[in-house]
Amino acid sequence: MTSKVAAIFEANRASGRKTLIGYFPLGYPTLQESIDAAIAMCENGVDILELGVPYSDPVMDGPVIQAATVDALAAGFKLRQTFDAVRAVTEAVSAPVLVMTYWNPVLQYGVEKFASDLKAAGGAGLITPDLIPDEAGDWLEASDAYHLDRVFLATPTSTPERVKRASDLSRGFVYAVSTMGITGARSEIDANARKVVAEVRSTHTGQNTAVGIGISTGEQVLEVNEYADGAIVGSAFVRAYQSGGLEELVETAKSLNPNH
Amino acid sequence: MTNLRDASGPYFGEFGGRFVPESLIEALDQLEATYEAAKADPTFQFELAELHRTYTGRPSIITEVPRFASHADSEVRIFLKREDLNHTGSHKINNVLGQALLTKRMGKTRIIAETGAGQHGVASATAAALFGLECVVYMGEVDTERQALNVARMKLLGAEVVPVTSGSRTLKDAINEALRDWVANVDNTHYLLGTVAGPHPFPTMVRDFHSVIGNEARAQMLAEFGFLPDALAACVGGGSNAIGLFHAFLDDTNVALYGFEAAGDGMDTDRHAATLNFGKPGVLHGARSYMLQDEDGQTVESHSISAGLDYPGVGPEHSWLKDLGRAQYRGISDAEAMDALRLLSRTEGIIPAIETAHALAGALKIASELKPGASILINLSGRGDKDMETAAKYFGLLK
Ligand SMILES: Cc1ncc(COP(=O)(O)O)c(C=O)c1O
Repeated sequence: MTSKVAAIFEANRASGRKTLIGYFPLGYPTLQESIDAAIAMCENGVDILELGVPYSDPVMDGPVIQAATVDALAAGFKLRQTFDAVRAVTEAVSAPVLVMTYWNPVLQYGVEKFASDLKAAGGAGLITPDLIPDEAGDWLEASDAYHLDRVFLATPTSTPERVKRASDLSRGFVYAVSTMGITGARSEIDANARKVVAEVRSTHTGQNTAVGIGISTGEQVLEVNEYADGAIVGSAFVRAYQSGGLEELVETAKSLNPNH
Repeated sequence: MTNLRDASGPYFGEFGGRFVPESLIEALDQLEATYEAAKADPTFQFELAELHRTYTGRPSIITEVPRFASHADSEVRIFLKREDLNHTGSHKINNVLGQALLTKRMGKTRIIAETGAGQHGVASATAAALFGLECVVYMGEVDTERQALNVARMKLLGAEVVPVTSGSRTLKDAINEALRDWVANVDNTHYLLGTVAGPHPFPTMVRDFHSVIGNEARAQMLAEFGFLPDALAACVGGGSNAIGLFHAFLDDTNVALYGFEAAGDGMDTDRHAATLNFGKPGVLHGARSYMLQDEDGQTVESHSISAGLDYPGVGPEHSWLKDLGRAQYRGISDAEAMDALRLLSRTEGIIPAIETAHALAGALKIASELKPGASILINLSGRGDKDMETAAKYFGLLK
């Protein structure tokens, strides 16, 4: 069984296009509004959706996403609503839906049960920012059993051995971290990102790489697409939604993937 | 069975590990390698011991406190290991000097630290001044208010203090902010973590730096009194002063180990910081350990009058010792701690930190469970100067 996420990358590659991965926080500002926002993103340029599970201690996130997820939790977001949202989005659009979650919520829900419920809801897999392959034994097993994608991160400071491990164990794509920082728009994408992508390519030829962390403008997406298979955009979508609601969100999606 | 003392991570039973972003792995590997090399290097050990002798003021003394002990329900002897007499006023300096030396060895020029009570922040700012390092301390906004004096001390020492306004605005959020800073500045920055929590190698390394407390105390008890104590007592926030005292005694099976967590408003309320009593295993700040959380795995806010114990997590080695049954962990309420703080002040002329007062109150409570005439050794982890404002308010002393 092949990965739906990998299939998108392949299809885009075959038609000479790059892949846009868009993040939106679940339950922000309410569950229904986050579902509507996610669907709108997928209908207007986002190829692969990344739904973020709000978490009390999001150490990889910058102020924009932190504030949004704090609001989502304050508004009463519950973990099980993740599956409702994944189901609603996958019923409405064909884009694969990855869930981005810190590890403790999955651990408390039960790794195998989370995998099983995610599969049943139509989800494609998980992006796990604070779970390194070394600690991922249970998740490797569950994601194999339920044919789910798993996205590990490779960073500018990862050794070649670690990049290889992340590439070998990731399914769907490898998340190449562009800069040594947390999520949030940055004015310049590090030359480091090129290095990480090249490293993935050299250690694992068939693997897709998307570059994330700090990508917020169309020019940055274009720049990343010169050397990677796709770009991951988060804070910029959240900020667009905050300043102009669905309308500005849709415009942002369109502007970031004009060929869609 | 192998010795409990030999456990050195990354796992303590099912606890510990490295649940952190990939961006930090290289820094943790570098730290671990540097620490392992230093541990085996007599020059490093000598350098650290000399610093402790000439700067910290080690060895710290042991004081017997009979007037205080007479307030226990049954006859006991109580001894204090006086970490409050260390330079900067608490045990925190033991770990800070060790990590500051490692920072130099790694060629890094900037340290960042989190702090709750401010004691770790003060110790870090002190070491930064001593070694000429840049220092940024993250401190929850709530804590900057209740430990305002320590904020002033850190600033006077040349550190930048960043009030953290996210989440519960206490220690847990200060750690999140420090981790974010570290992810972004890992090439020139060392995160000088202040307790035995966090990803490997922190729980092991910080414990090792504090194990001087128990190593000294064990030898002092034998040399000065001719016996080992029947029980040890220490307060537990993240768990560094407790494990520092316990470690030398882990394999002395006749020595009972008691850790005292903050019960805040009381063990029958939900406003407490009694992680090992009411938490469940989970992942927080890079390690698997007991933590206060809801059914979705969201961290639950802790509550304590004591900023240094107001933390919903705990070091992985304590989780392991709890599950093994080697150590017992109990709760002490704000009111019990404050009573003990006043009692030690009035009976012995020693004003302890509010954190430490939890261990003092706990020792009085366990006395009746021990054999008549039993001896209890308490880690007097810090002095109370920083808490004068809280105490003055609590006891109405400034009216
Ligand atoms: C005097 C004192 N004791 C104890 C603690 C609690 O920390 P730990 O449990 O790591 O010893 C603190 C923390 O700030 C402290 O200042």
